[in-house]
Amino acid sequence: MTALLHVDNIGKRFGGFVALDGIELEVQPGERLGLIGPNGSGKSTLVNCICGTLQNETGKVHFNGSVIDGLAAHQRTHRGLARSFQLPRPFHSMTLADNLRIPLLYTVHARKGPLRSAGDLDARCHELLDMFGLAQKAKQMPRDLTQVEMRKLELARAMAAEPKLLIADESMAGLSHSEIEDILTLLVRLNERGITIILIEHIMSAVMSFSQRLAVLVSGRKVADGKPKDVVRDPEVVRAYLGQ
Amino acid sequence: MNTAKFLTLATAVAILVFAATHWYGIDYLFFAGYTILQFVVLATAWNILGGYCGYVNFGSAAFFALGAYSSVFMHKIYPLPVPALMLVGAAVSGVVGFGMGYLTLRLRGSFFAIATLALAVVLQTLVVNWDFVGGSRGAYIIRPETIEIAGFQINYIEYLFALMLALAVIALTTARTIERSQLGFGFATIRDDEMAAEASGVPTLRLKLIATTLSGAFMGMAGAPFPYYIGYLQPASAFGLEYAVNSIAMPMIGGTTSWIGPLVGSLLLGTAQQYATAYISLGTGVNVLIVGVLLIVFVIIAPNGIVGLVQERLRARRRP
Repeated sequence: MTALLHVDNIGKRFGGFVALDGIELEVQPGERLGLIGPNGSGKSTLVNCICGTLQNETGKVHFNGSVIDGLAAHQRTHRGLARSFQLPRPFHSMTLADNLRIPLLYTVHARKGPLRSAGDLDARCHELLDMFGLAQKAKQMPRDLTQVEMRKLELARAMAAEPKLLIADESMAGLSHSEIEDILTLLVRLNERGITIILIEHIMSAVMSFSQRLAVLVSGRKVADGKPKDVVRDPEVVRAYLGQ
Repeated sequence: MNTAKFLTLATAVAILVFAATHWYGIDYLFFAGYTILQFVVLATAWNILGGYCGYVNFGSAAFFALGAYSSVFMHKIYPLPVPALMLVGAAVSGVVGFGMGYLTLRLRGSFFAIATLALAVVLQTLVVNWDFVGGSRGAYIIRPETIEIAGFQINYIEYLFALMLALAVIALTTARTIERSQLGFGFATIRDDEMAAEASGVPTLRLKLIATTLSGAFMGMAGAPFPYYIGYLQPASAFGLEYAVNSIAMPMIGGTTSWIGPLVGSLLLGTAQQYATAYISLGTGVNVLIVGVLLIVFVIIAPNGIVGLVQERLRARRRP
């Protein structure tokens, strides 16, 4: 089986600071990968390089069989890469339904030809809102949402683009235990529908229960990659988290 | 209401306005009306980039002047009828708008605004030093008294007024159509959050270029008949502060999120300025003074403009 995503030895510097140093990472179709690492280890930079918000300086990113280096973020979204942001970034002047309408109009519509009618578009918006438990708030503005609803909107908008790979960047930070369960259930359900998911998270219980595989970044390098329960016992990982 | 219906309605209103002005029969009304309509077009054009996409353009005067100076240029080499000159002005200012969009694609917020201001200064310097179009001395264009269309002798200022009226209808219809289209949704995502827009698949750069081009083109069109209106065009008047300030203030005071805002703002401010010019003789600065004071008042008490204020009231009434 060929990998859906292959991050091939990529590097990124910010001035003299090496943010990513030769990262190798493969993600198989349908997989649930957890990506962890201490603050400043390069997780978000890696996501930004994969999604096209930043461009990697060395190495290549392969997605779904082709090299996507140099493509703008929206082109990568069209090809089936979607992400949610660490701090929710809703379109604050639009209702929730309209927030989801954007990826439907600009990605799904562009990919498969017109969504038949305005009715189809509405139906799809509401289906998504329903799936994420936001149906009651379709006409509300993002500012009316609670923190957990905001995270759900962020995921719903990423899902509206009908991606093959979803990268969820810390979508549970600051949530309560039951809210975390809520989001996890959603993510597992998406994965069951065949969507490959990379979960970036600090909350270890969530990562451990979600991930089939775990990769660890420390100071811009990947120090471990394997079964979650093996990885957390890896001496280098323990050292990175607990110190020597 | 679909676009065709809106266009028909707007045209009907325009014909009524023209008929009423004609019936009143005072030339001054056409002169004043022309200026107000010119601001309707400028405000609407500014709002396509500034209101819908959130990119504040301080260089409106430059696009307006480019339209005016391309008319002077054409007048010297190959005189064309004014409607054709408007298309030339649109092309020139549209191309410059595109260029500006491309050069400033990495700039946002106040940095973008400063770049547009710089563009205006550069272009003005260019025109001042370009003798062919009059340089710093300015250029004279003798306006004919009348023009013959289909056997009718029409007063030239009425003709210019009618053209500006038609342009206002086209600009408003375009703005309204954009607002309700996929393009309008895309523009709004740029205003809200460009990074999230890209992640949702919106080609933000392409959309920004469409906005800068369209906005520039309409400003150029508004400027193209200006030399014929004013008779004597000099850089200081074409690149005047009042164009840059009014183009920003009118949509801000009217409300930037919909096509009605710039229309309301420009009708209100434009009329107030014409009134002040006619009845209050406080010198030439009074126009800009009115705009400045109103802008400050609105930024403080109604940051979403008149349209925003009305919408808020309506919402409050619905939710007791």
